[in-house]
Amino acid sequence: MSRSKSFSPALVARTLIAWAVTLLVFFPLGWLFLTAFKTELQAIAVPPEIFFTPTLENFHEVQDRSDYLLYAQNSLITSVVSTLLGLAIAAPAAYSMAFFRSPKTRDILMWMLSTKMMPAVGALVPIYVLAQKSALLDTQLGLIIVFTLSNLPIMVWMLYSGFKDIPPEILEAARMDGATLWQEFRHVLLPLGLGVLASTGLLCLVLSWNEAFWSLNLSSAKAGTLATLIASYSSPEGLFWAKLSAASLMAIAPIIVFGWFSQKQLVQGLTFGAVK
Amino acid sequence: MSTPAVRTASRLLPRLLMTPAVATLFLWMIVPLVMTIYFSVIRYNLMQPDQTGFVGLANYEYFVTDPSFTVSVVNTLLLLGSVIVITVLGGIALALLIDEPFPGRGLVRLLLIAPFFVMPTVNALLWKHMMMNPIYGVLAQVWQFFGATPVDWLTDWPLWSVIVMVAWQWLPFATLIFMTALQSLNREQLEAAQMDGANYLQRLRFMVLPHLGRSIAVVIMIEMIFLMSVFAEIFTTTGGGPGDASTNVAFLIFKQALLNFDAGVASAGALFAVVLANIAAVFMIRLVGKNLD
Repeated sequence: MSRSKSFSPALVARTLIAWAVTLLVFFPLGWLFLTAFKTELQAIAVPPEIFFTPTLENFHEVQDRSDYLLYAQNSLITSVVSTLLGLAIAAPAAYSMAFFRSPKTRDILMWMLSTKMMPAVGALVPIYVLAQKSALLDTQLGLIIVFTLSNLPIMVWMLYSGFKDIPPEILEAARMDGATLWQEFRHVLLPLGLGVLASTGLLCLVLSWNEAFWSLNLSSAKAGTLATLIASYSSPEGLFWAKLSAASLMAIAPIIVFGWFSQKQLVQGLTFGAVK
Repeated sequence: MSTPAVRTASRLLPRLLMTPAVATLFLWMIVPLVMTIYFSVIRYNLMQPDQTGFVGLANYEYFVTDPSFTVSVVNTLLLLGSVIVITVLGGIALALLIDEPFPGRGLVRLLLIAPFFVMPTVNALLWKHMMMNPIYGVLAQVWQFFGATPVDWLTDWPLWSVIVMVAWQWLPFATLIFMTALQSLNREQLEAAQMDGANYLQRLRFMVLPHLGRSIAVVIMIEMIFLMSVFAEIFTTTGGGPGDASTNVAFLIFKQALLNFDAGVASAGALFAVVLANIAAVFMIRLVGKNLD
């Protein structure tokens, strides 16, 4: 446990164990990455081929076969718009709860979180019927509404706990000086709350991008997201592992890279600031 | 403190700002709930829209006496419990392992948290085909290398296969949270305890674990929210089978609604899920009430 930089058996042991465990955990993803650049025959070769000449053929074929770009565009639009919409609805509510506390605030927060405890499938039949009747089935708008609403409780919570850390005296001082609500928002709340707004937005983006339940049930060829595209590979037809890997890689790579860059904000947001 | 005008405004404004969120969430909750209650007491088959009528509690009786029901409740709890235990214990172990500096720690962090960002359908198919396939899968190769007969995971151990996939996804999440929590641990106190002769296990038991208490509660709460409704992993791998071996409550309701087209029975099931969710919510509120605020 010594913190010296010199060589020590403990350090070597920890390094080896840590790397071994990490490679084990990461292995499925590494394997997916390798398979995406193999031919279908190489992908199922026994024993597995570790050294091979990489090919980009799978990526072309995924696009040709199922219009990957359309699904990617659907994923991007639905997750970005639902995130922005969610922030626009959640931020005022969180602001109000954090700075104008009333005895009911706590109950409202708990009630909001409890709506998230209900498994989505419980609302499937009515939502499906409503979407069908209002012609929102298999549309981007339909998914955006559902994503926004299902993320809303978590967004309000995250923003609430973030805003609560801002000393109310600063806002009061601005108000005393005659700042309008807009000025207060623009010059005091926004700069101080930027961190929590960002982390909430990031988490919401990740959740919407990866959302599978509603996408699978409410969208198909027209508004389908990448999660839907990948699910269409679930029943094997002939040789397809390499193409499945290529499609998967294209679906998860953007959000993983995005997640790596924002991990610090994500932790803060995910734990409602309870873990520092 | 403030003028009457300001005070009036300060009572109206907060409510006004809260209205969009409260109203939309209320609709999101109440409209499906009322419709579900209505559907649950009528005969409502999506394939036979002409046959309707009040059936009372028949749908509930059908759902609850369905042999799949008990299995799916047990499976839901098994999945929830196992994944929480695996990820909390594994997450603490991993976080402790990489808490101290070592060569490549930054890269290890990145690789370790990557699975959390993988979408459920990719996760499921990756494990189903490339890892757990009994002929070409990596696990089969490993088994063969050691001279053992490869296991057909999804057929022989369907629920545990799903648990492995879900745990793989949530282990990084737990690790990430515990890693962050450990950073705020008071190192000087730890070193002082070491000087006083406390061994590693004693320090772990009396200093590190209590420090992690709050984050453990948060991890359990968030995982409960998301694991109650695990769906995509089951949908894309086992389809709930074989039989009902990997059917959870969420998937059973889905099966009734969109595979059997029986919206009535599915709605009865959905209301059961609401009750289950509320029981979980009571636990959660206790947990959160103590640990947040």
